[in-house]
Amino acid sequence: MQAKETIVCRCEDITLDEIKSLIDQGYRTIDEIKRVIRAGMGPCQGRTCRMLIAQELAKYYGIPVGEVLMTTFRPTVKPVKLGTFAEGE
Amino acid sequence: MQKVANVVIIGGGITGCAVAYELAVRGVKDIVVIEKQYLSSGATGRCGAGVRQQWGTETNAILARDSVKRFEGMNEELEYDRDIEFKQGGYLMVSYTQNEWNQYKKNVAVQHSLGIPTKMISPQEAREIVPHLNINGLVGATFCQSDGHANPFHVVDAYYKAASRLGVKFETYTSVTGITREKGKVTAVQTSKGNIAASIVINACGYAAGTICKMVDFELPLYPQRHQALVTEPVEPCQGPMVISLHHRLYCQQTPHGSFIMGVGDPNEPKDFNINSSWEFLEDVARQATTVLPLLKNLRVVRQWSGLYDMSPDANPILDEVPDAKGMWVAAGFSGHGFMVGPQTAVLIAQKILGQECFMAIERFGLDRFRRGELLLEPAVV
Repeated sequence: MQAKETIVCRCEDITLDEIKSLIDQGYRTIDEIKRVIRAGMGPCQGRTCRMLIAQELAKYYGIPVGEVLMTTFRPTVKPVKLGTFAEGE
Repeated sequence: MQKVANVVIIGGGITGCAVAYELAVRGVKDIVVIEKQYLSSGATGRCGAGVRQQWGTETNAILARDSVKRFEGMNEELEYDRDIEFKQGGYLMVSYTQNEWNQYKKNVAVQHSLGIPTKMISPQEAREIVPHLNINGLVGATFCQSDGHANPFHVVDAYYKAASRLGVKFETYTSVTGITREKGKVTAVQTSKGNIAASIVINACGYAAGTICKMVDFELPLYPQRHQALVTEPVEPCQGPMVISLHHRLYCQQTPHGSFIMGVGDPNEPKDFNINSSWEFLEDVARQATTVLPLLKNLRVVRQWSGLYDMSPDANPILDEVPDAKGMWVAAGFSGHGFMVGPQTAVLIAQKILGQECFMAIERFGLDRFRRGELLLEPAVV
């Protein structure tokens, strides 16, 4: 797989290569990677990239994916307009 | 983990990481930073990312003014390989009541006495700066162009990398479980990964600073207060400054990335450590934001979160040595603006600990002020 051309976070356009490089530099969890490079901060809130990054961390540290620290799942579930909240539409 | 250090810093937010750097750059060796989770996982990484000098007390205003100078040159000074995203789009503080306007005038007098170039402007002038501002009932506004935005994650990352290059060790996912004292002096920090002997300990834990102080039987006059925030989808640049309306309890800015970050303070928020998100907040902030900035009603919210202010009794920092625990310094109580004053707070702490000449009198931030009843009472907190 071409790491430079493989997009892991589609919202923020982050490649596998960039994720691997951060893991190599010692960023140890999805949360840390997210804060430095914005992976998982876009409109889908990490629905795709969260698990892909978890797999990369699991591989790197030789642990089951289930042991990778998960990020907090925050509202809103999908993007909602401010006007909808303000007017109760 | 190492067993001995010259300085142990508890807390891996802006204050802890910046203090580590300022000590290391002044030649201190063997510094360890202990962080319970990951760097900027606490209040720093949850803040509104604003940097403003428009304060109503001299103490906050000086720290903020001098920190802005540091943010301006931070990428170069810390040789950062990314960008701290410092954008000086200004802060527009809008006032919808006469009482508030009178207070703003007093605040601006303080700012002018310190050389902070805040302008008092008319509603029309405010609208020229933010075209989508609702000026119905607006009395006036204050504007300072050199205020703005910085990315808290990248600022902390920049300090972390610069400090690491100078030999500072960072122990993340490590909890402090106790503090050892002998004859009224701190001698070691107990952690989930073992003990570290040290005679200087800096308590930079924000809202958890009180918990650490309890380990040396000291009641820090500080309480946690939840503040919630949200971020929208990114759009083309359309709002230069952070807009603050104390009347609406609102702050709202567009980041260089294009998204809008906003929050409202809740006067009924209980004093506890809750950091869950609430749906009530979404309705509240949406109403306030679309009242002050109606155009934003079409923006989609992508995420909300919350964090804790480390509230001191007068919304000014507490920078002092703990009585009966010599060697332990508190750098907390920032009351929601620790990020923006972080760079110079760190310098002040480093200068004091090393016995160097301080750029301002650190005693002004002392614990003694609460005993004497001489509070600094900051009037401009959102």
